[in-house]
Amino acid sequence: MPNFDYESPTSLAEALELLSKPGEVRPLSGGTDIIDQLKNNRRNADLVVDTKRVPELLKIEANGSGLTIGSAASCTEVHKYVEKTGGYPALAESTELVGSVHIQNRASVGGNVCNAAPSADTIPSLLIHEAVAHTASAGGAREIPLIDFFAGPGQTVLQKGEILKELVLPPTNENTASAYLRFIPRNEMDIAVAGVGSLIEIDRTSGSITKARIALASVAPTPVRAYGAEEFLEGSPANEDTFAKAADLAVESAVPITDVRGSAEYRKELVRVLTRRTLGICLERLG
Amino acid sequence: MTKKQIKTTVNGVEHEILVDSTWTLLETLRDHLGLTGTKEGCSNGNCGACTVLVDGKSSCSCLVLAPEINGREVTTVEGLADHGHLTPVQDAFVENSGLQCGFCTPGFMIATTALLKENPKPTENEIRLKLAGNLCRCTGYDKIVRSVQDAAERLANS
Repeated sequence: MPNFDYESPTSLAEALELLSKPGEVRPLSGGTDIIDQLKNNRRNADLVVDTKRVPELLKIEANGSGLTIGSAASCTEVHKYVEKTGGYPALAESTELVGSVHIQNRASVGGNVCNAAPSADTIPSLLIHEAVAHTASAGGAREIPLIDFFAGPGQTVLQKGEILKELVLPPTNENTASAYLRFIPRNEMDIAVAGVGSLIEIDRTSGSITKARIALASVAPTPVRAYGAEEFLEGSPANEDTFAKAADLAVESAVPITDVRGSAEYRKELVRVLTRRTLGICLERLG
Repeated sequence: MTKKQIKTTVNGVEHEILVDSTWTLLETLRDHLGLTGTKEGCSNGNCGACTVLVDGKSSCSCLVLAPEINGREVTTVEGLADHGHLTPVQDAFVENSGLQCGFCTPGFMIATTALLKENPKPTENEIRLKLAGNLCRCTGYDKIVRSVQDAAERLANS
């Protein structure tokens, strides 16, 4: 492990002051990615700032204006909260897929976002629910639509001294459903070969889709939206034929690489299958 | 090296320790508190051999920094038995031969203790899913699953 200092501030102001110090300053919430990366010299740090004792960053709250997830809130806590309150089924599913129970107990959803792995399981769910990243820094705050948050594999648009404060998801309604599926060669504890999150809102009278959001993991340098498929879905009837055509269109948004987990061709086929299946699950959930 | 003075409760005993910022909880337990029941397997959160409870929640101690446990309560496998009396989970592993070489066993018993507290009557699928973060290279898992099922029954009848 490289040599670094450690601080655990108890207020956001104190955290921001520490983050603006010179040198490589790394926030740590769950630590399940960053500690492994420090051990293996994949990221370095002069100072690690533990954000778990900052109350604002642990907040999970749903009200009329949506769902707010503090950046240090663990996958387990977010999962339990969302299971109870409902409205974000894809997020409930994906928070239960990140590593093992032991990892979910510590790993934060905010950390999964800031680690910016193209394969991160919680990101497609957050993207389809139109999450906005609220950042904080000594210089001021920013609100960044999550789709604009990623700059490449492992890289975000956060600047020196800037931290992800919380993710804010707009409210959902009873005509909306979402689902997330990933493909891995085993049953659990693996990194997505491909992952797809889908959300649809329907008009109960006509049965047509009024809103669609599809996001893909592990098929591009960053998580991506399948805009072509979304546009096709909106205004179309919610049925299997529509979903099959949308699945074909979603493949066009995937620009995967061939690596040890799967070939580019295989990943594209997975996008087709998982898009169709997640849309089908959404429809089932709408009853 | 940057040192931090921390106060932590490990298996019910309060400790004040001078730790290095870069030590993991696993190193602290094994090398500085002499609690070698917690094992080091993969060191990256995949195998679960180092599973301990931090404030009651199962965690990979290889992915926790020592200063993070300041003010927290840690339970290791040494903290399960009460004055030599094994817990129902430990008894179940012994009597169902839920182990062979034993290297993964402390992690499994901690993970099982946490699982059954959260869900006292897990199905076989739930057991296999929730213990997926603990790897065993000997048993083929079957006897471990039986041990967990038996532990759930023992706890229900205790």
